[in-house]
Amino acid sequence: MRKGIVLILLLIIATGMVLSLQEIPFGMAESKIGSYFIKEGVRQTGATNIVTSVVVNYRGFDTLGEVTVLFTAAIGLGALLSTHKKRNAGEHLEPASLIVYTGCRVLFPVILLAGAYIFIHGHLTPGGGFQGGAIIASAFLLMYLGCRGKRVKAHLSTTLEGVGGLVFILLGITGLILGHEFLFNFLPKGEPNTLFSAGFIPIIYMAIGLKVGSELAGIIDNLIEESQ
Amino acid sequence: MNIILAILIVLMIASAIAALIYKDLISAVIASCLVSLIAAILFFFLQAPDVAMAEAAIGAALVTGIFVIAVKRTQRFEE
Repeated sequence: MRKGIVLILLLIIATGMVLSLQEIPFGMAESKIGSYFIKEGVRQTGATNIVTSVVVNYRGFDTLGEVTVLFTAAIGLGALLSTHKKRNAGEHLEPASLIVYTGCRVLFPVILLAGAYIFIHGHLTPGGGFQGGAIIASAFLLMYLGCRGKRVKAHLSTTLEGVGGLVFILLGITGLILGHEFLFNFLPKGEPNTLFSAGFIPIIYMAIGLKVGSELAGIIDNLIEESQ
Repeated sequence: MNIILAILIVLMIASAIAALIYKDLISAVIASCLVSLIAAILFFFLQAPDVAMAEAAIGAALVTGIFVIAVKRTQRFEE
């Protein structure tokens, strides 16, 4: 009886999705705003990666909101898990095997470097602050799994997080002070396709990368500490 | 090219169903990790490298790690 109702509901949802997805012209250059970004994006923002120019420049305020959502989630998780912490902190951990330990020692700096490369070159190549930050956090996940007992100092990650958010908001307010809108790209655009181009986009992406990386690493750190 | 895409999509659906069926939750987590990984490859083929990167880093690495930690803390086998 219950399964029948669930099946009927699922069928209704599936039909609705199929009918609505049929209307969307996938792969067609239908929307005017998309072709506008492709045509004018490089000239207006200086960023060769159109996705970055949209994420940081055209809808920078939404990105600030996204970063805030992630920040709130990390704080909520930390508050939830900190109620019963350090319960069995003295417990001895079984060390990882030699192969895992050595592999993680070798891979950890390489993954960190890849993450940093991705968010520093966010305006030139695919990727950006969120992707680079997630890759940095996955490097810390690997370290927690392979090199047991090693921890990032809590105040270092909170400092990085705070500095990242502060840089983002201060750059936004500087645009206001100079007499333009919030998050106005006030730095010189430079020549496209070079590292020092696209105004403040690389700086903001570095701030986002450090912030997202330290937040996600902090979430993993909280969970691992809780699970031991 | 289309054949590779078809194989990937079939693998993706198969691992999604496997993630539902497995009673061993660690196997189910690994199967859902495979779904994210293949989704990342498909995003790359669909010329969305930014999304592919985010999917690979978050869906395949971080979410899997967090689920493994959660399974380790609760119970491994579904009743």
